[in-house]
Amino acid sequence: MRTYHQLTDPDRSGLLDQILTQRRRVADRLAGVRRTVAVMSGKGGVGKSYVTAHLARALAREGSSVGVLDADLNGPTIPRLLETPHAAHRTSDEGVEPATGLDGVKCISMALLLEDGAPLAFRGPSAESFVWRGAMEASALREFLGDVNWGNLDTLLLDLPPGMQRYIELCDILGKPPAVLTVTIPTPESRDAVRRAMRAAVEQGSEIVGIVENMVGREFTGTAADDLAKEFDRPVVARIPWHPTADTWSALATRL
Amino acid sequence: MKFLCVDCDQQMAFGERQLPGDGTLAATFKCPTCGRVVALLTNPMETQLVSSLGVVIGGKTVPAQPLETVRTMVATGRDDAFDESSEPRGHSAGHNGSLTWSVDAQERLGRVPNFVRGMVKKIYADYAKERGIAEITPAIMDTARAELGLEGM
Repeated sequence: MRTYHQLTDPDRSGLLDQILTQRRRVADRLAGVRRTVAVMSGKGGVGKSYVTAHLARALAREGSSVGVLDADLNGPTIPRLLETPHAAHRTSDEGVEPATGLDGVKCISMALLLEDGAPLAFRGPSAESFVWRGAMEASALREFLGDVNWGNLDTLLLDLPPGMQRYIELCDILGKPPAVLTVTIPTPESRDAVRRAMRAAVEQGSEIVGIVENMVGREFTGTAADDLAKEFDRPVVARIPWHPTADTWSALATRL
Repeated sequence: MKFLCVDCDQQMAFGERQLPGDGTLAATFKCPTCGRVVALLTNPMETQLVSSLGVVIGGKTVPAQPLETVRTMVATGRDDAFDESSEPRGHSAGHNGSLTWSVDAQERLGRVPNFVRGMVKKIYADYAKERGIAEITPAIMDTARAELGLEGM
């Protein structure tokens, strides 16, 4: 009996072609984006979204056109940090218009699409939803990249949730690994978690643009950023105190 | 996904796709040599897995819509998340240009959740325009739904 690759007639479903078309849609959409940077950490609660939002605003204040894609689909916080007003997204054949937050930062987030306080829930069979839910979230991420009218941007920041899953999906969707900015707090626990994430990013081929150490100067003690900088030979681009000023974020923006 | 007629050693050709509305999917394939037809039947979980990839067995019947998977699959979307007013003329309910929606069709469309309604409306309007249909009625919506395989629309 012949096997799949021995059948040479085209496959009417063309599932592979459909997937490739999706990827082309993303590539075409991001053609006007000069730099895509994923803000990530292997650790939750280190302030990724906080750093992302303030970095975006600082870049915008310096004159860059900036967008933020909130890739934390289940715990989206970027619109609140950017004080994005709630307004319906204008939609046309060309795509969906992003919202605009403080300092003109463009933004798309599940928080802008979900009912107030509602969790992200999908239609479909509830039993064994683990089988398809991950793929559904990856599709949502792909559509945020490919269907939003980002226009010409100097920088598109992607605020990733804790863990590595969304980063791996991102690499697949983009077709190449994005640059990565890692965020840690000073503690050794954070260092160990972030190390795993950085190793995975390096193995995927991402450029690590730098390490941000957040929540510096009070209860959290340790040398996580310096340890990681030495281990990966990457710079510590910012140490963010508990009460940063606009100058703190401007300094970070300048280093990127 | 390909099907082989083992007796004839021939690749079977895709026939049709049916979405009965219970979350399952049926797709038929026919052997071009002996005419044998087989049906691929997927359970709701398998159908959902394919849907979650944003692909369609049998090929896409309508162009990809912006945020299509999000809008059709998210169950907790805001009613006012999208503004379709920037759509091309002729997509509004009621009389607009050469395309009208019957009262019954408007009522049926009104039962579609706001989160996805604009997208659904546009698909039906494009379907009608491409076929020179002047008025969208529930019958036209049924035909479009069957032809295009628009489950839940």
